[in-house]
Amino acid sequence: MRDWLIYKTFWDLTVSGLVLGLIYSLVALGYTMVYGVLRLINFAHSEIFMVGTFGSLITLTQVLGIPLFTDANQYPYRSGIALLLTLGACLLGAVLLSGAGAVVLERTAYRPLRGAGDIYGATVLAFVTALVASMVFSKSMAINVTIALIATAPIALAYLRIFKRGRQAPRLAFLISAIGASMAIAEAVAIWGPDNRLVYSLPRVLEKKTLFHLFGTPVRIDYVFVAVGALLMMTALLLFVNKTRLGRGIRAVAQDVETARILGVNVNHVILVTFLLGGCMAGGAAMMFTIMYDQTRFNIGFLLGVKSFTAAVLGGIGNVKGALLGGIVLGLAENYGSSIFGGQWKDVIAFVVLLVVLMFRPTGILGESLGKARV
Amino acid sequence: MSATEIFRSRTRALTSVPSRFSSLPKQVRWSLVGIFIIALYLAPRWPEVPVLGWIINTPGTSFKSVLTDQIMIYVLMALGLNVVVGLAGLLDLGYVGFYAVGAYTTAIITSEHASLPWLAAIPISVAVAMLAGVILGTPTLRLRGDYLAIVTLGFGEIIRITANSTQWLGGAAGIKKIKGPPKIGPFEFSVIDAKPYWYLGLTVILFVVFLLRRIENSRVGRAWSAVREDEDAAELMGVNTFKFKLWAFAIGAGIGGIAGALYAGKVGFINPDNFQLQLSILFLAAVVLGGTGNMYGAIVGGFLVAWLPERFRNFSDQRYFVFGVALVLVMVFRPQGIIPRRGAAAGITKKEVTDV
Repeated sequence: MRDWLIYKTFWDLTVSGLVLGLIYSLVALGYTMVYGVLRLINFAHSEIFMVGTFGSLITLTQVLGIPLFTDANQYPYRSGIALLLTLGACLLGAVLLSGAGAVVLERTAYRPLRGAGDIYGATVLAFVTALVASMVFSKSMAINVTIALIATAPIALAYLRIFKRGRQAPRLAFLISAIGASMAIAEAVAIWGPDNRLVYSLPRVLEKKTLFHLFGTPVRIDYVFVAVGALLMMTALLLFVNKTRLGRGIRAVAQDVETARILGVNVNHVILVTFLLGGCMAGGAAMMFTIMYDQTRFNIGFLLGVKSFTAAVLGGIGNVKGALLGGIVLGLAENYGSSIFGGQWKDVIAFVVLLVVLMFRPTGILGESLGKARV
Repeated sequence: MSATEIFRSRTRALTSVPSRFSSLPKQVRWSLVGIFIIALYLAPRWPEVPVLGWIINTPGTSFKSVLTDQIMIYVLMALGLNVVVGLAGLLDLGYVGFYAVGAYTTAIITSEHASLPWLAAIPISVAVAMLAGVILGTPTLRLRGDYLAIVTLGFGEIIRITANSTQWLGGAAGIKKIKGPPKIGPFEFSVIDAKPYWYLGLTVILFVVFLLRRIENSRVGRAWSAVREDEDAAELMGVNTFKFKLWAFAIGAGIGGIAGALYAGKVGFINPDNFQLQLSILFLAAVVLGGTGNMYGAIVGGFLVAWLPERFRNFSDQRYFVFGVALVLVMVFRPQGIIPRRGAAAGITKKEVTDV
């Protein structure tokens, strides 16, 4: 009897660990790709994920107008075509917001540091500067935004002139800029979201039925959805990086920036595309996360981001397949570990696994590689 | 070209201050330093000075407690982290771990499991923190760059979670009734008056600055900058890079340990929530904001990171938004930090040229 219990728990843990791991993997892709081309820990990537969950929330509640509960106090389940369309819209919303967020982030917080700041980055920075300056003097958001909008143009022009100096900043400056951007994004959502720092609930549109049994463990439909979705997105990304012209550009920049530049690759464009791709993956992960857990919050990205980055390093940073493997290993290790040692040790187990792996394989399980001949 | 030109000349003036200062006669230099130090000891009274008071004032909290609870700690932590990140060039994202080790050691030996006096707890805390630095450093310092960063980040979290889930360490409830410093001469360390703590803290900071100045200009300091600029070249030139990296870790950890012991003695109560991962990031922000590798930059950075959120407490909810934006802006327009390291300002470091 007891053996049977352990057996059952084992498969339970495996299934939920795999699903969690796949979400880690999707977010880890963003870290790993940006690291591959820029050698930069994109600390703000976790907030791009968070923004994606809000994209999903906005699509469901505002755009589609789905209430949290129906009049009969039931979950607003959808089925058939309606379900597919709803999920599709939800994914689109999350991916759009995350992708846009990643692009704005790159233009604003990183590109000026590479000495290639342009008018878009200058405008966003100028607007935010003016907004903050105005916030010091006035509490009314309407006034602040108006002042900020008026002041944006002159400040942006001044910034643009300073950008023309065009010097490469040291690596740590990128990291701090990333941390600053991450704080600003999370706090902006916490301040100006309608429920501020509280937990936002999403309407549950997918009825979480058990689809089939795997070794006696019920596998819910949302698990299958996440697994299939994540694998599809990763396959699409791998195909993009390996088969298209832009993907070749990404690999070239990851290998050697200067040579790529000399051979005519538009490096800044490639970096932007990389951020966009990473953002889209995070958006996908965010949508799946919201479908599984039905809630989000302004600080939801932080811990997940740290874990995903750990997954990326575990698999071999800069390595797309490594991100997949790292995510799954981390998800499984966390689940098994917390059932053996207790839930409070979950995060400790994740880091101990990382430490042990790095001691024996200093560049991760599959090794660093975005730059090497094939991904 | 007015705006750009003005900006350039301003920044140039700021970077030339150290060289202008060192060209003054020795007596003038020493008396200036003396006056400055006296002014620092008078810091609890700064809010009463006319113009300075308006700038420095922290609405909502008393400036004195901001000095002792935040500024003192952040400056010490920035000084310690600067040794690791700035001097030896090792990216440590879990520096809060050593702070926690220091604070918990003090807490355990003065309250939870023994009742030694606080003064005896200080050297023990520093020693334990340094030991933690060596224990973490030995397996991990062979890793490079960002691998080290994520491993140290993990270490910081491991320390916090261990404290949170071990009953022997007080668990989530933390440890109460930690002993504070004893009465020294006319200064009594009580809950009512924060001033003596500031005198004590400032003395510790000055002592650490003195110590670090000596180390920085010694063989160890030169070895650190060799490792920072090019590890392989340093190794080839006969520098035992591993040994010196371990030293940097241990010394940095020791300073973190002092800060932890001071903090535990001041507040008398600690729990794992005092040592969140976000603190490590704020400490790192302090170092880079001030100017990586420049001790005085680290002090300014530590002060700013501790003081700014308190200064703008009247927009309580929005202060971290403002802070985040400020971090991005400083990095975009002054990527070397507010007071850059000499040499770094001239743009001669090798890393800058080769990096993407």
